[in-house]
Order: sequence, then structure tokens, then C-alpha cells
Amino acid sequence: MSFDNAYESLLGGEDAHWAFGTGFSEALSGVDREFPAGVDREALAVYCLMLGDDALIFSQRLSEWCSRAPELEEDIALANIALDLLGQARMLLTRAGEVLGRDEDALAYLRDEREFRNVHLAEIDCGPGPGGDFAATIARLLVFSSWRLALFSRLRGSADPVLAAIAEKGLKELAYHRDHAAQWTVRLGDGTDESHRRMQAGLERVWPFVDELFATHAVEAALAGVAVDPASLRSEVDGVLEAVLSAAGLTRPADTRAARVAGMAGRDGVHTEAMGYLLAEMQHLHRSLPGAVW
Amino acid sequence: MADDLELRFERTVQSEARIEPRDWMPDGYRKTLIRQIAQHAHSEIIGMQPEGNWISRAPSLRRKAILLAKVQDEAGHGLYLYSATETLGADREDLTTKLIEGRQKYSSIFNYPTLTFADVGVIGWLVDGAAICNQVPLCRTSYGPYARAMIRICKEESFHQRQGYELLMTMMRGTQQQRDMVQDSVNRWWWPALMMFGPPDAESTNTEQSMAWRIKRDTNDELRQKFVNMSVPQAEALGVTFPDPELKWNEERGEYDFGQPDWDEFWQVVKGGGVCNEQRIAHRRKAHEDGAWVREAAAAHAAKHARKEGAA
Repeated sequence: MSFDNAYESLLGGEDAHWAFGTGFSEALSGVDREFPAGVDREALAVYCLMLGDDALIFSQRLSEWCSRAPELEEDIALANIALDLLGQARMLLTRAGEVLGRDEDALAYLRDEREFRNVHLAEIDCGPGPGGDFAATIARLLVFSSWRLALFSRLRGSADPVLAAIAEKGLKELAYHRDHAAQWTVRLGDGTDESHRRMQAGLERVWPFVDELFATHAVEAALAGVAVDPASLRSEVDGVLEAVLSAAGLTRPADTRAARVAGMAGRDGVHTEAMGYLLAEMQHLHRSLPGAVW
Repeated sequence: MADDLELRFERTVQSEARIEPRDWMPDGYRKTLIRQIAQHAHSEIIGMQPEGNWISRAPSLRRKAILLAKVQDEAGHGLYLYSATETLGADREDLTTKLIEGRQKYSSIFNYPTLTFADVGVIGWLVDGAAICNQVPLCRTSYGPYARAMIRICKEESFHQRQGYELLMTMMRGTQQQRDMVQDSVNRWWWPALMMFGPPDAESTNTEQSMAWRIKRDTNDELRQKFVNMSVPQAEALGVTFPDPELKWNEERGEYDFGQPDWDEFWQVVKGGGVCNEQRIAHRRKAHEDGAWVREAAAAHAAKHARKEGAA
């Protein structure tokens, strides 16, 4: 690239570079997008929304740290994780949209709260807002990424080739997310009295939302061979969390209440009060200019 | 002896070779560089805020990803530049303290608010564009680590600029409301973008010595003219106008004539009187202070670990 004309790259030519990557390229090019025979497509679409919404909503939460992290390196790391999850969300919403006849943006911006299928753990405020701090953020990341990594590692065997490919691509990302969270959990658990106290409080903040992750939903039960039954992940994930908490000198919290409303939770589109505000912020511009192109 | 060193330094600079961290350099050169690079690093870090303001509300998932990646790049630029200052003996923590205490400056442009999503595109096009005009010559600046950091930064900034321009192109092809939004944004950012080149040469205090040391390569007014010449055809291609009645092609000079920004406003913003000055610093200070316990914990953990390894 020539530096004599700063505008040279503006009008085409070299596709230039991002410092830390964005994964915009057609990640799934070459993957067979046909629906496997005998699969309930409506159920598959809902399942893709479940996994896609988990990633989208958690990404939205993580990106709140942008320009607010404890150090620059961490600002970059959290943005990186948010970008990975946003990439996963886009692929999953696109797959759901192939059944539903809507694109990723229609699904992200034009669904109402009751139509979102993410688990509560993804949506609660764990900081930088008043609902938490960096420790609570790390606690959530540890639980979420340990769970999702276990889930994606089984999803690689899904009968849906697109889900299998998304899982394959996501594994490396999630392994990094879990590693990042585990390292911070140990650092904070071991560091100072204050960081130990905060890290324990962070675990207490997120633990009531853990059981929901392993509850089998009717849609998952109906998609044998395509979806992963989350109940089957419990012992693996518990083992990982136990190992990290023990290395960090932290105690596994007792509160696993998994609160429900008339038996329903995130997978049924029944959310916490935090969700409405999150969506209001995320969706308002898209909704206030109908017909606009971005 | 000192004279020899000084002579060698002068020769190196005059011959367009690079000064490296272990080379002798005059104190004034070192101080000027630390000030300039730190100010640049601070600008990248503070510059995360006006654009970061729109990440949560970005109107499509693709734009959200692009914006998040861009703001992440800015944090990366801040890191390279703070690292360059460290090769001169500065310390990141100390520079951050100077920033949040208002003892070191950052680019005044970031004291303007981002009010619509079009501002994300216009910042990419005009603000990053002006920054590139300022920074491209710095790829040949005399201090090696700074020049090398600038090469990488300029490449990435060019991509950001292209993304910004592409957003505006897309918006101009959209609804009338979107076109109005773009024009309004251009009206608000044009003059502040021109101010990014600094005061007119006649009033610029740092230019002369910095030019001699090859820290700076072109004067403020030369760069400003270059930027205007580049931007006018871009605006025409986009279908927007700049809010300057004096802007017109000068056949004789082969360049555009243009009006002067409101320099009183410029100085007011530089001195702290812009819309967002307090907000930007307060935001940075809060992030730094809220993160203190995390940095302390990381240091304490590393120290314990080092002791254990030493004992083993």
C-alpha cells in the first residue's frame, strides 16, 4: 500500500486489515445448507434461535465493557469475545431465518422480548452496570463458556450440517473464552483479599442462573440427533467448574434456585426485567427508521 | 564528547535515517516525542468513547461487528503507542494519570458528541481521514518505534475510513431521512475535522523545532489544504455538501479555496469548554479507578507465583 495517497484504499482494491480480526468472511462457505430429511424444521429454527440468542444477548452485554475495562489488554480481549459471539449469533440467526423466511437483522431487531429464547444468564447485568463488576463478568463468562464449549463439542455431531459446521468453528473460540475466564478466576481468587471477596461475590451473583442451562426444553427433546440435550452436559461442566474454583481457592455457591415463572424461563421466552431495557437499547434505532438500509 | 553525540544525532536525522531507543538523543527531542506520542495514544483511547457510544444501538448486526472491531482496533493503537513511549523511558501508568488529571491532552475532536449513527460513518470518513493525512507523514518520522507503529496504524485507519465511507454511501442510497441524517452529520463534523490539523501556521508554536527534528513533516496549513482537496470530490461522489460558502475551486492555484474554522471555538474546546470534555475524562478516570483492584490482584497473583517458582 502506498502512503503517498491516504485515500487510495478508499475506493476498492486491497481489502486491508483489521488489527484483531472480525471473522466477517463467509465462514460457512461450502457447507451444505439443505435440511436433513425427517427433521422438524420449525423446531430446528427455534433451536437455532435459542443458541443464537444466547450468543447475541451475551455479546451485547460484553460489549458494554468497551472503553471501560480494567486495562487496555482486557478491553481488547472482552471485545474479541463479544465479536466471536456476535459472529456465532449471526450464523445461527441466519440458519433460523432460512426456515422462517427472515434475515438475521429482522430476527435480531424486530422480534419482541417474548420471542427471544436466550437463557437468563446471558441477559442479566453483571457489570459494568450496577448489577456486577469485573469479577461477576468473569464468573458469568466462566460458566457460560464452559457450558457452551461442552455443548458445541457435542453439536459437532449434529445431523444438521450447518449446526455441525457452526459448532466446529465455534469450538476454538469458546476454548479461548473459557481459558481466559479460568485464568482470571484464578488470578482474582488468589490475588488480594478484595479480589477474592469480589470473585466469590461474582460467583454468588451468577450461580442462581446455572441450573437453567441444563434443563431440557421440549424443543431440544424433539430434535434428537440434531440438538444436544443440555442435561447430558451437567457432569462434564461441573467437573470443569470444580477444577477452576478449586485452583482459585473459591467455594462453589449453594444457591441454584433457577427461578421460573409458571414453570417457564428463558428458553420459553420468559425473561428477567433486565431484558426489556437491553432490547429497547439494542433495537430502537433499527425500529425507528423502517425501510432504512444499513 | 557531547558535541560528537549531538553531531551524530543531527546527521542521522538529516540523512533521513532512524533514531532508535538506545541511540543518544537530546532531552528536548525525547520530551517532545513523549508528549506527542502520548497525546496520540490518549487520543486513540479517548476516541473509543464517541464511537463506542453507538455499539449497543448499531442498527444492523454487520454494522455492530464492524464498529466493535473498529473501537477494539483503537484500543490496540493506544497500546502500540504507549509501548513506543515506553522505549523513551515513559511509563503507561504515569501517562494515564497525566491524562485523567488533565495534564496531558488528546485530540480535541473527541470532545464533540456523536448524536446519530451517521456520525459513526462521518467520523470514519472525515475524522479518520484527517487523522490519516496527519499520520501518513509520520510513517517517515525520525524516531524508529514511532514510525513503525504509525505504518501499522495508518493501514488500519485507512480501512476504518473506507468502512465509514461505505456506511455513508449505503445510507445515501436509503431513505430521505437517512440522507438528511448524513448531511446533518457532515454539517456538524466538517469544521471540527478541519481543526484537527491545528491552528494556522502563523500561530502554531511547536511546528518549527519539530520540523527540524523530522518529528513533523508538513505544516498544519499544508496538511489542511491537502485534506480539503481530497475531501471535496469524495463529498460530491457521496452527494453531500460542506457547510462552507467560501469553498470553491481555484483554477490558478490548482487547489480549493476554503474558509477558516471558528478558531475561538477551537481554543475554547482545547481549554476544556467543549460539549464532552468533562464526560470523556470522567469516563476514562472511572474505568481506570474501577479497575484498580483488578490490576492489583493480577500483580499480587503474579508476585505469589514468582515466589513459588523461585522456591521450587
